[in-house]
Amino acid sequence: MNGPDYKIKQLSIFSENKPGRIAAVAKAMKEECINILAFSIAEGAGYGVIRVIVDSPVRALERLQRDGFVVRFTDVLAVEMADRPGGLYDLTEMLSEAGVNIEYAYGYRNEPFAVLIIRVEDTDEGMKKILAHGAKLLDVKHFQPDAGC
Amino acid sequence: MACWNPNIEMMSKEDLDILQLKLLKELVDRAYDRSPLYRERMDEKGVKPDDIMTLDDLSKLPFMSKKDLRDYQPERLFMAGKRDIIRYHASSGTTGKPTIVGYTKKDIETWSESLARALTSAGLGADDIVQVANTYGLFTGGLGFHYAAEKIGAAVVPASTGNTDRQLQMINDLGVTVMAATPSYMIYVGEVAEKMGIDLRKSTLKTGLLGGEPWSDKMRERIQSQFGVRGINCFGASELYGPSWTECDEQCGIHIWRDIAIFEIIDPKTGDKASPGERGELVITMLQKEAFPIIRYRMGDITVMDEEKCACGRSHPRMMRISGRVDDMLIIRGINVFPSQVEHCLHTNPEVGNEFQIVVDRKGALDDMLVKVELKPEAFTDNILELNALRERITSRLKNSLNVGAKVELVPTGSLPRFEGKARRVMDRRDI
Ligand SMILES: [Zn+2]
Repeated sequence: MNGPDYKIKQLSIFSENKPGRIAAVAKAMKEECINILAFSIAEGAGYGVIRVIVDSPVRALERLQRDGFVVRFTDVLAVEMADRPGGLYDLTEMLSEAGVNIEYAYGYRNEPFAVLIIRVEDTDEGMKKILAHGAKLLDVKHFQPDAGC
Repeated sequence: MACWNPNIEMMSKEDLDILQLKLLKELVDRAYDRSPLYRERMDEKGVKPDDIMTLDDLSKLPFMSKKDLRDYQPERLFMAGKRDIIRYHASSGTTGKPTIVGYTKKDIETWSESLARALTSAGLGADDIVQVANTYGLFTGGLGFHYAAEKIGAAVVPASTGNTDRQLQMINDLGVTVMAATPSYMIYVGEVAEKMGIDLRKSTLKTGLLGGEPWSDKMRERIQSQFGVRGINCFGASELYGPSWTECDEQCGIHIWRDIAIFEIIDPKTGDKASPGERGELVITMLQKEAFPIIRYRMGDITVMDEEKCACGRSHPRMMRISGRVDDMLIIRGINVFPSQVEHCLHTNPEVGNEFQIVVDRKGALDDMLVKVELKPEAFTDNILELNALRERITSRLKNSLNVGAKVELVPTGSLPRFEGKARRVMDRRDI
């Protein structure tokens, strides 16, 4: 029996900064009946990295690769935070106390709480520190698809 | 009208024929004796120095190409030994490796003589103050104008490129009358002046010695009317000497001194001589060279010669505007760039693939070069800082190898257009 799995497979997609690239990703997900739970874009000079959390990462990766996207999995952590003023502040305070080095983060609301997706330098190490400080990590099962489209 | 060397410049066509033939024979003797490479070439073609009996016999000689200059060691190519070389310059090669050009003392003197005649024919003299806003260094633009301007007794301001505010300051403080620059930099200087509230038309600056990149009569009109600067078209290349010829005050083509060089126009496909007045590839023979031989050297430029006597009285032929290239060489801010150089440089970066695309635009007055290159899927990382660092690394390598800055854009593999055979990788969108 496997224990909890907190390593969330985020899709990282290399993309030109061109209108229509996000739409192309979104369309492919729609056609595959895959739900996008969160996404963010990091901009470089003329290019960008689209980061997406979906409910069926393996299927999503296969489809995007078929469509010619340069795409890979990146392990991220999903930390639960309180959906109220100060929720993010409390969480970041805790993360800094725990000594977790964050490469990047983005959030979304998932009633009744909110979620902060974080990429840390060392995922295993980060996971331990966060749990030891009493924060709640979401398990991969949380992101699995609801029935049907 | 002033003449620097009236004996030669005003010589009759018949006397020039005689002088040119004498110089050509001497050159071929010299090359055959002292340049093992050129001797080999002549032997391969079955031609001996004695076969050169008339000027038309020039066409019996083998061509030289940029590749010849690059592939051979100076000992095999040069006509003079190390002891007699007093200077080296470089010109862009088709790979990362530049072509090294050597000069004897007399080569430097002949170079200055050629350009001194030209500057005088354009109306310049000892009263002028010449600001040289070309690059000093391995490329010849800076020192070429520097020596010739000094030779005619003008004062030189060796400003080199860049620092436009200071360029304008010096024009004002010193009463500069002439600026040597690329035409696009001249326009840029004019635009900066306008932004600073300086009216160049009211300044002392009256003449621009402009060359090093293709330009047009449209640009000349703009430089003349908007900035009050007479635009004199200049020509030269580091393999030859450097900048060596300009238009005279009539501004109707560049006088090519017949005792310095022979400019032939050929059909680039057959190598045959073009009919008079026909456009074709420029082939140059430098008659007085002592160190670095240039004999029937294929320049790759497309132009046409006018043999008619000029209104200024000189019977030396005139080269009209260069209208293009037979190869894919680009000129970016006055620097020659071959797509193959870009290719060589990109190969040194394992993170990127073989496909690339060069996009050239003119942003404002200046050239802007963008190199798009495909990031290999295995080199893709989710870490944008690492991607940015890779991009900067490639940017700086390109700058070192091309001597001119280019922007670099990483694109996903498969996103650049693929071509059959020789890839057409350049998109030149400049309107000049
Ligand atoms: Zn003339």
